[in-house]
Amino acid sequence: MKTPSKRMAGVSGQHKGSLQKALNVLGPFIGLIFVVAIFALMPEVRDRFLRIGNFKSVATQSVIVALGALGMTLIIISGGIDLSAGSNIALSSVIAAYAINAGAPPVAGLVLGVLTGGLVGLFNGTLITRLRLVPFIVTLGTMGIARGMAKWIAGNQKIDAPMTWVNELMAKSPRPSWLLMAPGVWIVILFAVVMAVVLRYTVFGRHVFAIGSNESTARLCGIRTNRAKILIYAIAGLFCGLSGVMEFSRLTVGDPTVAVGLELDIIAAVVIGGGSLSGGEGSILGTMIGVLIMAFLRNGCTMMGWPNYIQEIIIGVIIVVAVTLDRLRHRQED
Amino acid sequence: MANPSPPPVLRMAGVGKTYGATRALDDVTFELRRGEVHALLGENGAGKSTMMKILSGAVAPDAGRMFIEDRPYAPADPLDGLRSGISMIYQELNLAPHLTVEENIMLGREVHSLGWLDRRAMKARVREALEFVHHPEISPDAQVGKLSVGAKQVVEIARTLLNKSRILVMDEPTSSLSQEDSLRLFEIIRRLKTQDVSVIYISHFLEEVQKVADSFTVLRDGRNVGSGTMEGTNLEEIIQLMVGQKFTEMFPRVPHEKGDVAVALKDMKGTRMASPISLALAKGEILGIAGLIGSGRTEMLRTMFGLDAMESGCLVVSGVETAKGSPWVRIGQGFGLLSEDRQGEGLALALSLADNVTLSDFSPYLRLGLLRVARQQKAAGDWIARLKIKARSPVQRVLGLSGGNQQKVALARLLHQRAKVLLLDEPTRGIDVVSKAQIYEWIGELAREGKAVLFVSSYLPELLGVCDRIAVFHRGGLVDVRDASRWDAQSLMAAATVGRAPSG
Repeated sequence: MKTPSKRMAGVSGQHKGSLQKALNVLGPFIGLIFVVAIFALMPEVRDRFLRIGNFKSVATQSVIVALGALGMTLIIISGGIDLSAGSNIALSSVIAAYAINAGAPPVAGLVLGVLTGGLVGLFNGTLITRLRLVPFIVTLGTMGIARGMAKWIAGNQKIDAPMTWVNELMAKSPRPSWLLMAPGVWIVILFAVVMAVVLRYTVFGRHVFAIGSNESTARLCGIRTNRAKILIYAIAGLFCGLSGVMEFSRLTVGDPTVAVGLELDIIAAVVIGGGSLSGGEGSILGTMIGVLIMAFLRNGCTMMGWPNYIQEIIIGVIIVVAVTLDRLRHRQED
Repeated sequence: MANPSPPPVLRMAGVGKTYGATRALDDVTFELRRGEVHALLGENGAGKSTMMKILSGAVAPDAGRMFIEDRPYAPADPLDGLRSGISMIYQELNLAPHLTVEENIMLGREVHSLGWLDRRAMKARVREALEFVHHPEISPDAQVGKLSVGAKQVVEIARTLLNKSRILVMDEPTSSLSQEDSLRLFEIIRRLKTQDVSVIYISHFLEEVQKVADSFTVLRDGRNVGSGTMEGTNLEEIIQLMVGQKFTEMFPRVPHEKGDVAVALKDMKGTRMASPISLALAKGEILGIAGLIGSGRTEMLRTMFGLDAMESGCLVVSGVETAKGSPWVRIGQGFGLLSEDRQGEGLALALSLADNVTLSDFSPYLRLGLLRVARQQKAAGDWIARLKIKARSPVQRVLGLSGGNQQKVALARLLHQRAKVLLLDEPTRGIDVVSKAQIYEWIGELAREGKAVLFVSSYLPELLGVCDRIAVFHRGGLVDVRDASRWDAQSLMAAATVGRAPSG
């Protein structure tokens, strides 16, 4: 029996692939423009809000969340979650301050801070894979452990450290001045590009998506899923460590009580940027836009003189709206 | 063509496996020759899946040995099996839905230098593989989650090609394919044979097996009860081997009488339906719905049951027009839907048999809002006995039952909720011959009790054998409705594939 048509039902839509990917980032991007436009139209704040200097400070304020979100994007694409990010950032900042205060060279303080974050991530990844525990529970535990250790090491108070060049990483007016933005911002941009390339052009990146999309298939295809997951959590930990160093740079002290609940901001940024908590979806560009949306909202609300609770409500609403829009778009595709 | 005696690609010798008290596989000997399609047949629970699990490395046998080209083969896990050249294509496809076709096919064997992907080389390989299986229209960049079931299966087959598999196991490959896609699959299988790939083909569609297979092996109760070449063996003999008893009547007819109209569709169109449909179903009538996969049959059923929203038109239920409806409302009106997706939607696999049977109506077992578990279990036990469900107890999880028995549990739920209009979507898909015959008989019984049955199926003989009238769908539209006696397999197929019914 010869069939009348050579085409297979349902293959249509295959060319939508790249367009779809563009749309996935376009959604959050429109959201960002919308948020910026709203404050740009408010007569009370327009002048101050639209200044270059203000954009610079928004960028600087985003650094800490952005670094954490780079790693979180990786984790969420792979179908995991990391609730220990905030505590990890605090612990890393305390370690960096502790080392510098003890007389270590600033570079050593920076490296120690980053490695501390990486170790916490490695711990998470190892527990999740070796003991086959759910990431939510493991990182909930680590959240407490890291926070407690930070307070213990710091003797339950802030650690003062002498001013060094590390503290200039988050300076809004950097030296040399041709840098234009705080070195921390450039670090974020650099790593964002690196991570975007890793996700798109390396075997590892592809395996991250495969694990999040269908872990058993990935395993059946010979991917060492456990190794990949440990690596994912370790990398995310390193980013938290770097974020912690930036936190120390900004505060000039090691504060063990900083960044409480920051993991939720980080997760929100990833989700606003198109990441799916069930895995398989997400992008670095989207996440960065998500970070900026939240930073501009905070900045604008503060300028308007709105109280903190209004900001919290608005950001909460934004998260729900973003996820709802995402759902609607997916439904249209089906 | 026949060489003196090339060694078999695969040899299983005296392989056995025991689960608890049941001997799932008993002293099975099996030989697979190079480049042949070998059908593995048997009712559900006959041991086919155990045998394939052993072959793939998912389960270790407790007796016997296996050889691949005369070398001992004892896989530690499925990955080991895969590396030894054995690929499985399961009913539930093993694909990552978010990844593209290329990414899925190349998963775990990416072309790279120092971790850096060589996309161009990979795409070229994927294109080559897709061309080999005659599906160059599938783009390597398409997201797999958005492909049709048939196209997904092609992607899996392309993956096995790149894996250089020597043995391909296909478990019910056509159960969710349209006729057209099935024919193209057979074409692919023929091409694989020319590459000396051997295929173990598991299917319940015997006519299809006859077309595609060179030889067969029948399992019954965990034993190999017969092997042979397809040529010179007729289907009755094979069915005889499978059932192990005199095969009496495939379609038991239960006399029943047509009554008043139970439900009518008036230009009803759901959000996912291509065009409005008008159709009437009487009490005591079995109305068959034929058509290819994706022809809109399932969508119509889902709209009737309130799972999809109704866009226009309405449903007339005992004389009253209703447009809006949720499953809750429809169940109240006496509707019952048997989902085509038994494992994903039809049953809560992790729950007990008793919970599954009574899920849609707990009311008989409630007192002051509390569930009277003993009564619920007793009721479920009655259904187990009535529907001859093979299960240890009502509290057993549905997960462990065979496909045929799971389907009986799903059907028992509709009977338990006393549905008056039964919407059955592929009720016999993937289940064994004996369970099928029982289900046909119950459908007849239900009609005799005055219930209205809508019977969607892709298996034409059962529609012709069971239904009073048959409606044919094509590309979302209703082609024709006639008495079953005025259809035959050819005219049904023509109406479903071309959209025109030959007069007759």
